Amino acid sequence: MNGEIAAILAMDGIASGAIYVLIGLGLVLIFAVTRVIFVPFGDIAAFTALSLASLETGGRPGTVGLVAVLAVLATAVEAIALARNRAFHRLPRALLFYLVLPLIPAAAVWFAAGTTLSMPLRIVLSLALVLPIAPLLDRIVFRPIADASVLLLLTVAVALHFALSGLGLMFFGPEGVRTKPLTDAVFDVAGLIVNGQMLLILAASIVFCGLLFLYFEFTIQGKALRATAVNRVGARLVGIRPTSTGTIAYLLASLLAGISGVLIAPVTTIFYDSGFLLGLKAFVGAIIGAMVSYPVTALGAVMVGLLESFTSFWLSAYKEVLVFSLLIPVLLWRSLSFAGTEEEEAEE
Amino acid sequence: MALLSIDQVSVAYDKVEAVRGVSLAIEPGQIVTVIGPNGAGKTTLLGAAIGLLPWRGRMSFDGIDLRRLDVEARIERGFCLVPETRELFGDLSVSDNLLLGGYSRRRDSAGVKRSLADVYGRFPRLSERRNQKASTLSGGERQMLALGRALMAKPRLLMLDEPSLGLAPIIVREVFRIIASLRELGVSILLVEQNARAALETADFGYVLETGEIVHSGAAADLMHDPRVTASYLGGH
Repeated sequence: MNGEIAAILAMDGIASGAIYVLIGLGLVLIFAVTRVIFVPFGDIAAFTALSLASLETGGRPGTVGLVAVLAVLATAVEAIALARNRAFHRLPRALLFYLVLPLIPAAAVWFAAGTTLSMPLRIVLSLALVLPIAPLLDRIVFRPIADASVLLLLTVAVALHFALSGLGLMFFGPEGVRTKPLTDAVFDVAGLIVNGQMLLILAASIVFCGLLFLYFEFTIQGKALRATAVNRVGARLVGIRPTSTGTIAYLLASLLAGISGVLIAPVTTIFYDSGFLLGLKAFVGAIIGAMVSYPVTALGAVMVGLLESFTSFWLSAYKEVLVFSLLIPVLLWRSLSFAGTEEEEAEE
Repeated sequence: MALLSIDQVSVAYDKVEAVRGVSLAIEPGQIVTVIGPNGAGKTTLLGAAIGLLPWRGRMSFDGIDLRRLDVEARIERGFCLVPETRELFGDLSVSDNLLLGGYSRRRDSAGVKRSLADVYGRFPRLSERRNQKASTLSGGERQMLALGRALMAKPRLLMLDEPSLGLAPIIVREVFRIIASLRELGVSILLVEQNARAALETADFGYVLETGEIVHSGAAADLMHDPRVTASYLGGH
């Protein structure tokens, strides 16, 4: 291997790492606020890519049906819960949030399908379409068992992933898709060919990490999310509803996943079940960050990208094996260096 | 009309009743204390009143049936709890903890800002440490932060669970001085304490809770001289 190949591999690795960063941060965000390891998270990214591809070819993405079904289910679940508490005055609000708002982008896509849309509009539409999926799943599946153990929540999340990829097969079919590149620009940096798509991925990742940081540091909602993650009882005692912060966490995380889906679709062929591997690799990054640290998760995700890129050059047959084997030393190191953390937390 | 009315309330963990048929009332502007030994059900009673534990009986705050309000809706109406465990946001700075205390009033940013200045005026130590993480504070400072955070919600009724627990005597005095000073703000207080003497000196009215039931009640000054109370809780003097 010479320097040039190493540089190309590094660039490639950083670009895919940047994708894992976005998904990894989303995973940590959802886990911190809701204690759910949201296994189907990669599916959200894949569904965005598939929806975008479908819009590009003038089709009507199957996501529309999925969102409609979930919206109706979530509204029904919420209505039953409200009726049980005799809180009928909150019904209009529930209808707005669980039925009307999710159906607006779905309706827009339904009517826009088949017409020629500009690329930015297609991207915005696919993002808006996918955004409500995770919050709706949260309402239907996770909120009724919000106080369950992390293990039970994880088990349910795994089941949910299989259900979602089955639906993915039904809605999108078994064919893989690749969307048009977002940019054709190519740059020559010190003799190295750098394509614009890669730079875009990198820039988007940096921008959204920055925005997330600003949100957490400087807005009261962002601080409320952190507060819920740190101390749920404390959060309730100042009037923060864990259900609302959970919804915000799912929305924000879905935005990150959706953006990574849009970014990855032109460089990788995406199938209905591609989300799982995407999510799993991002999960390795999140585990390196112990599911709590955003900066370490980002670093871990970049590391996964680099490792993947270099192993695909040296030992491409063992690419996935090596990436996931990374978990073993990381978990060992984590369990040694953080022994006792859990007990301390339990004491508080 | 009582600000908080608790009427024949029972709280059970599984089949064990930790609180049995307790009734008490707090009038606006009053400081009421519930004293009693460890395990009498004091903390359980407060947990039920704020909505963290299921209960039977009748409770109302400002005339509203508490069954209709969840925890967060109680906070929005100015009914707040500073729990024995403080429940601070350890990873967040002192100023963020306080700002989040005003979460239920977040649409009134000018009002939250005024409250923040007021809390810093009341607790200069918190002002000095505003950028420090809450987890780095000492026990006394944590208690002040917990009180300050609750004040940020502009409470009308503040329930304080063992505010003096684990604090050095000099800080205990400071905490009780602050509690007494809250009366000027028009805040009513339900004070739960093992430190019966300090609690009765601060309060207008007192209840004695033993094994989940109220066994004595009366004006705080009377309870201080009630031989049944002095024998058990005031060291017999």
